[in-house]
Amino acid sequence: MEAKAETAANTINIDGQEIPFEHGQTIMDAAFAAGVYIPHLCHRPGLTPHGSCKLCTVDIRNRISASSTSDRRRQTKFTVDADSRSVSACTTPAAAGQQISSNTPALNEVRKTITQMLFIEGNHLCPSCEKSGDCTLQAVAYHLGMLDGHFPQFFPRREVDASHPTVMLDRDRCILCELCVRASREVDGKNVFAIAGRGTAAHLIVNSPSGKLADSDLETGDMAVHICPVGAILIKEQGYEVPIGRRTFDLHHLGEAGLEKVVLAKTVYRDE
Amino acid sequence: MSPAIRTASSEQLSAFIANTCSKSSHLLHVLHELQHRFLHISPEAVIEVASFLDLPPSQVESAVEFYSFFSTVPHGRFDILLSNCTSCGYTANGQDLLQLLCDRLHVLTGKTRDDGLVSVDETSCIGMCDHGASLLVNGRPVTGLDAVKIMRIAELIETGTPFENWPAEWFDISDSIRKIGLLLSEDITAGNGLRESLMRGIDGTLEEITQSGLRGRGGAGFSTGMKWKFCAEAEGSAHYVICNADEGEPGTFKDRILLQSHADAIFEGMTTCAYAIGAELGFLYLRGEYRYLSPHLEAVLARRRVQGLLGSSILGRSGFNFDIEIVVGAGAYICGEESALIESLEGKRGVPRNRPPFPVTHGYLGQPTVLNNVETFVAAAHIAQNGSAWFRTTGTMKSPGSKLLSVSGDCAYPGIYEYPFGVSIKQVLDDCGAEDVQAVQIGGPAGTLIGRSGYKRIIGFEDLSTGGSFMVFGRKRDLLDIIVNFSRFFAHESCGFCTPCRVGTTLLKNAMNKIAKGQGTQYDLDEMERIGTLIKRRSHCGLGQTAANPILNGLQRFPQIFRQRLARGDFEPSFDLDAALEEARQITHRDDAAAHLE
Repeated sequence: MEAKAETAANTINIDGQEIPFEHGQTIMDAAFAAGVYIPHLCHRPGLTPHGSCKLCTVDIRNRISASSTSDRRRQTKFTVDADSRSVSACTTPAAAGQQISSNTPALNEVRKTITQMLFIEGNHLCPSCEKSGDCTLQAVAYHLGMLDGHFPQFFPRREVDASHPTVMLDRDRCILCELCVRASREVDGKNVFAIAGRGTAAHLIVNSPSGKLADSDLETGDMAVHICPVGAILIKEQGYEVPIGRRTFDLHHLGEAGLEKVVLAKTVYRDE
Repeated sequence: MSPAIRTASSEQLSAFIANTCSKSSHLLHVLHELQHRFLHISPEAVIEVASFLDLPPSQVESAVEFYSFFSTVPHGRFDILLSNCTSCGYTANGQDLLQLLCDRLHVLTGKTRDDGLVSVDETSCIGMCDHGASLLVNGRPVTGLDAVKIMRIAELIETGTPFENWPAEWFDISDSIRKIGLLLSEDITAGNGLRESLMRGIDGTLEEITQSGLRGRGGAGFSTGMKWKFCAEAEGSAHYVICNADEGEPGTFKDRILLQSHADAIFEGMTTCAYAIGAELGFLYLRGEYRYLSPHLEAVLARRRVQGLLGSSILGRSGFNFDIEIVVGAGAYICGEESALIESLEGKRGVPRNRPPFPVTHGYLGQPTVLNNVETFVAAAHIAQNGSAWFRTTGTMKSPGSKLLSVSGDCAYPGIYEYPFGVSIKQVLDDCGAEDVQAVQIGGPAGTLIGRSGYKRIIGFEDLSTGGSFMVFGRKRDLLDIIVNFSRFFAHESCGFCTPCRVGTTLLKNAMNKIAKGQGTQYDLDEMERIGTLIKRRSHCGLGQTAANPILNGLQRFPQIFRQRLARGDFEPSFDLDAALEEARQITHRDDAAAHLE
């Protein structure tokens, strides 16, 4: 009896599966450690969780006590699904006994719509993009069965920065996940990127006197250069080297353990 | 004065920034002074500020681009912003005053005139809803606009008349208090509440506030006593008190009246809180639209310092040290969200944080922080002075006390009404002289749109919770236009952090425009409902979670206003294909029949 209580105190339940967690872990951390894939774009283990892309949105069933909903801002009269609440798995601490829905048709439909939003707000032209096949946005779209952008395109005009000798910044493809922002600050020990602006005008800026990459201290070996989940930050010296059919997501599934390293070093298949 | 004067050499710029920082090194303050002096913030200024404040240039640049009141291109020497709110906006009296002013001054909206004299643009609600159509000229509000006044303003600008020679009464903003209740019927005697609190002691004060049942007046309704208690118990190197005076919800102006006429009560409430949680520093975050109130507030703070109600050893109690700084925002609705406000106070973009942790444990500079609404602090000061039992004599079981409502729109007597909680919508409508009402928007665009069947509902946390906005829409109003206006508002104010809100609010705005133009079909209504529901449930913060409310409420309660605008058929594209061919026609110099669609 006591042992059982002990177990329950240290597990969460995702789609019927009991998953252990340690104090301090988020739902995403616990799922990741157990090999359960929750779709995400702005998250990378080892970097501060961000919670902005909202692809990892999951539903947690409410406890019987209604206290958790009573103070939510103006929500009481208009809850879409009163018996559960929506959270980001990457930023929400795991807590004993959480009953979580993740891989359900309804949630994957939500994720598909969010992915479509990301596609149509930028200029994503997969066939001509070097990142095609290595692109996490594209892979997530395939994973969720997304067949079109669905919404009218925004066709924003965004600046390209080709000033740097080895790195290229194409803001057309930026999805504002801030992985490069965090990687530069937290891993590279620099501070090359930031987000400026507001709403749909939000955009990636470079922290240098001219605002150009060439004037920043960015180097090819920086994690910030390699971490981009889309084709917004690309290395100039090499391009289209790996043939279609041999690219990351031709060979790997999104939820594979250790995939981060594979995506970061995308040219390792060259001689295979 | 020629535009050239506003272009500074780098030495001038450095000297100006050094001088500005000597008064306050808060980033928003420095950026405001630069904008005010040079009419824009140049890339050189960004670099200078960054080096002077030892910040990354990207942080300064991102702040400049985030807040509406800063610009990277020069504005006019007369910089005019007309409110686009449905109550104090430029179409509030049925005429397009923005167009009128632009035509008169030969200027395009959002584009500075070539001679640099004037720029005209629109801005979100400036909180003058009880005074009709309103604008800000170089940050000063001018209210009660009509065509005649607009013409005179254009004339004064065209002749370069300095503000001293404008009619002084134009800049007087009166308090239109229509009904007084628990809080407005008596003013606090400066220091009285504090003396009572000192006698009660820290635990006694926390207990008194908790016992009163006071809940946050911003609309969320969290127990104030509990919030203070959690913060008092939280460990940190310092504790902070923040007053949220970023009253941005369209249709709300009750904090403006409190700031203007009851500042002592606000500061007394903050100081009481400081005593209870052990804070030595507090901030009042004033929305940029209310900057004109800042000198008055500074004067009250100065007097309270002289009275021994701020500073060291307050009221002679050794160890009770507390002071308050005023920080002025710069045009961002999102900064009314508590964690976005804290980010803004820290000199960053106003992007809401992930929670947990909450501000009570990790707030300003990561330290335990109490953040309350202006009205909450006023109520707390009264409770400190008069006790919790007095407070509980009014209101309902779940919502003790009173609520200040900002009533505006189609009614005879717009203004501030203080009611006990539990008052019905019908009562308010009767009192404010609203006749032939079509709908009421409770709590602003983020709140609830109700029709006749909802007038028996009550104001209170158990039913209609509100920050205080109460907008009345008469029969003659086009309700669909109102919803179009609200959807534009949210798309403009979304901070851009999370995908559902950033993209979704623009999708909703576009869809509403399509419906309004008569090009929508049932498909678009279904799509709006689907997207609206998703944004509501999946967004990062309260802005996104409420942004779809006007549309969802409208679809549910006023379906006919949408249906009567629908085009026939199942689907209409969202763009005009023939118009899209115009560029191609121009390039090929063709305009024959075959170059057009049928």
